[in-house]
Amino acid sequence: MSTMAEPAKDEARGKKALSAGARQERRLGWLLCAPAVIVMLAVTAYPICYAIYLSLQRYDLRFPNRAEFIGLGNYGAVLSSPFWWDAFWVTIFLTVVSVAIELVLGMGLALVMHRTIFARGTVRTAVLIPYGIVTVVAAFSWQYAWTPELGYLAGLLPSGDAPLTEQWPALWLIILAEVWKTTPFMALLLLAGLALVPEETLKAAMVDGATPWQRFTKVMLPLMKPAILVALLFRTLDAFRIFDNIYVLTAGAHGTGSLSILGYDNLFTALNLGIGSAISVLIFICVGIIAFTFVKLFGAAAPGAEVKR
Amino acid sequence: MAAAGRSHATRWAIVNVVVVLYALFPVWWIAALSFKDPSTLTDGSYIPTDWTWENYKGIFQTSEFTRALINSIGIALIATLIAVVLGTMAAYAVARLRFPGKQVLIGMSLLIAMFPPISLVSPLFNIERSIGIFDTWPGLIIPYMTFSLPLAIYTLSAFFREIPWDLEKAAKVDGATPAQAFRLVIVPLAAPGVFTTAILVFIFCWNDFLFAISLTSTESARTVPAAIAFFTGSSQFQQPTGSIAAAAVVITIPIIIFVLLFQRRIVAGLTSGAVKG
Amino acid sequence: MAEIVLEGVTKRYPDGSLAVRDVNLDIADGEFVILVGPSGCGKSTTLNMIAGLEDITEGTLRIDGKVVNDLAPKERDVAMVFQSYALYPHMSVRENMGFPLRLAKVDKATIDRKVEEAAKVLDLVEFLDRKPSNLSGGQRQRVAMGRAIVRNPKAFLMDEPLSNLDAKLRVQMRTQISRIQRRLGTTTVYVTHDQTEAMTLGDRVVVMRQGVVQQVGTPAELYDMPRNLFVAGFIGSPAMNFVQASLTPDTLRTPLGDLPLDDRMRRELERRDAPRDVIVGLRPEAFEDVSLARDTGGPVITATVDVLESLGSDAYVYFTAEGGPVSTAELDELATDSGLADTGAGGDQQIVARLDAATRAREGQPIELRVDLSKAHVFDPKNGTNLTHPES
Repeated sequence: MSTMAEPAKDEARGKKALSAGARQERRLGWLLCAPAVIVMLAVTAYPICYAIYLSLQRYDLRFPNRAEFIGLGNYGAVLSSPFWWDAFWVTIFLTVVSVAIELVLGMGLALVMHRTIFARGTVRTAVLIPYGIVTVVAAFSWQYAWTPELGYLAGLLPSGDAPLTEQWPALWLIILAEVWKTTPFMALLLLAGLALVPEETLKAAMVDGATPWQRFTKVMLPLMKPAILVALLFRTLDAFRIFDNIYVLTAGAHGTGSLSILGYDNLFTALNLGIGSAISVLIFICVGIIAFTFVKLFGAAAPGAEVKR
Repeated sequence: MAAAGRSHATRWAIVNVVVVLYALFPVWWIAALSFKDPSTLTDGSYIPTDWTWENYKGIFQTSEFTRALINSIGIALIATLIAVVLGTMAAYAVARLRFPGKQVLIGMSLLIAMFPPISLVSPLFNIERSIGIFDTWPGLIIPYMTFSLPLAIYTLSAFFREIPWDLEKAAKVDGATPAQAFRLVIVPLAAPGVFTTAILVFIFCWNDFLFAISLTSTESARTVPAAIAFFTGSSQFQQPTGSIAAAAVVITIPIIIFVLLFQRRIVAGLTSGAVKG
Repeated sequence: MAEIVLEGVTKRYPDGSLAVRDVNLDIADGEFVILVGPSGCGKSTTLNMIAGLEDITEGTLRIDGKVVNDLAPKERDVAMVFQSYALYPHMSVRENMGFPLRLAKVDKATIDRKVEEAAKVLDLVEFLDRKPSNLSGGQRQRVAMGRAIVRNPKAFLMDEPLSNLDAKLRVQMRTQISRIQRRLGTTTVYVTHDQTEAMTLGDRVVVMRQGVVQQVGTPAELYDMPRNLFVAGFIGSPAMNFVQASLTPDTLRTPLGDLPLDDRMRRELERRDAPRDVIVGLRPEAFEDVSLARDTGGPVITATVDVLESLGSDAYVYFTAEGGPVSTAELDELATDSGLADTGAGGDQQIVARLDAATRAREGQPIELRVDLSKAHVFDPKNGTNLTHPES
């Protein structure tokens, strides 16, 4: 740290611009953050750079000796492959539909938690179960529910139907599993947003003659906008990397594979590190674009942006 | 008036029941499955006709499950401990100190919170193999604590920000050294937040599946979610449904305990970091 | 108990901004001194520097004859009451009050005795085992006071201790603080933005503006002899009335009418070579209803009553003076601070007179008012100096 140069500059301005206390505070701040920063850089920044490097190689784990630099060849191969585009559209479909349903259901759930006149604690506790439960466990529960001859839900269908083996029914079931698991989280974020809507403002709207629906759309929603956008941003990014539910429910068969599944398969089934890494980098870029769009287009307040004293 | 009040109450009661059923039904279903013996497994009923502990006995007899359970607990606990310690330090700095580079730290953790784990799986797979931590505890602990650090920093700095700044000043004027002010005033007030964060981080680590199946290859570090996915039946012709259901129930128990005991805190923790802005 | 001396105390922040500039203040042992001013005037920063919570950039601070610039708060032996009370939420009232003694390693029995004593004084005995979250605002405030009292410190430092209470409680606590301070005789520095609190509590009042001390004096001195426009406008409620005036050798021509100069004013104005354009300041009680008061020979003006407020003891009469409101940097700052700038009261300058309750003034009717020139002040609009102040 080059604090040596500072005293001279400060002398010129008076006595000492940065008091000993402030300098100490600054050093302590750096010291306290250093371990977290080092860990985060070492485990994410370095590997992503390494992934970019790998993605420019022909690197098949079955033939490690034949590794060579091939430039953007892997990206060309990936982007011209129907597998990528199928997975891409599946992922977009799953993300958009499940986040949309979650938003509506989550808002309803948040209103219930906010307004319910009794058993509020019980409702909140119950709602936390889907959030906390291991995704794989929930996925198995759904899988068994829809397995013919085993599950209660499959029993409701005409016999012989196996919804998890057909593309569209399977996609909807994946959405169902995803929605069940993550709506509570969405609801909790929205609930915190609801708490920011002053009771008196709603009363004022009521006195001004607004119907319940108008109060919801004209008063509550605009006031909740920051909370909604943050919740949407989080959930969209999270849904975009969907993996666990698909892996358990269909393993990506029957045209239900997401981008994460595709990346995983290329790595561990096809053992092609070069192609797998190119997919990893491309997913990373997609996520970056989504985040950027949210922040720039909708002005989603990045959580933590308010950290000022 | 009274009648209207009663119908109002009834309506809320119904809504509440629907919500609770929605949340609990899949859990109940898999729990019911785990208590069924193989002959009634396919009867589709919500309550087992013949209760049996066989599935549980079965999984606890295999090292495939017991080993995975030990791995899950050990890895999640250690990753939580490290993440909370590092997160507490960074969050204290973010909430309480003025120093250049703070926004960079916040931006970086936000970036990592959004990071798609699959993008890291391939490089980490290769790196871990070359430095020899593939398929070991550290091989999972390191990515877990990294990915839970942003969560820890956000939640904790939100909690720290709620501790009134004046209290530290008051303690100093009351004659406390900085160390005493920290120990006697800040620590007792921060403890609930740290504890809540630890629960959230633990749930996060306990939940992971992608890293668990990608960065392990044997029983030595495989955690329960990964192990379940690789369960095979005790004979070639038998589906492992009962075992999977039993194992699923076992790893759900800690979550249920946390949720029942600390509902209020988990809600506060989940919402504190995210929404103020 | 001790005297506190500030010599050229200055606070400059790392970004170069000056929060407090060259404060010189001699606080005697046992004195109750108030720092008052609008928000951002540097009063709290000054208090924090005395407490040791902020570094002193320049100057010296002596407590009890000893330079304490570089001492940590714990070594200065002062107690502080915060605006937020800063009670430790995880400790009971008893533990809160005993905390400073516990840190000073006082034995348990003594702590208990002192806490009980303080609790008796403050009427907190029945709440000793409660947590702060179970107390009302007034009770919390008393606990904060109690925490300061138990240590028997060299000085009490209070940072707007009453501003979180409702109006009635504030008046009650004000008298209680005053009583306690007088009984203990502990040197006290008290920060407030409320001029009423400043006038009623302090032995001496320090008025600050933009980091600079404007005037130090007893409440009566500040009220009767403000050194400048800022102090004149800040102290007093309702505030002093200001009108533009032009100065001729023996008259002040104002929108209210011509006011002949008396000997005192003429002397001071000549001595200081006053400019032609000045601002005249008249407190509300400088007006008298001609029909009620005996003739003192002062000039009489006529005004039309806009609004009449009868308070029982007095009557406030509002009327307007033509010529537009008086505007200077000082007065604009005061208006902004008190929120008056937002009331939309533009146009003509509003004047308020405090009259005997027996006045026959009626809204919309003209009234004759006699002006007591001995209570009039003349200010220089450029720098705000009071040109009729006997010393400055």
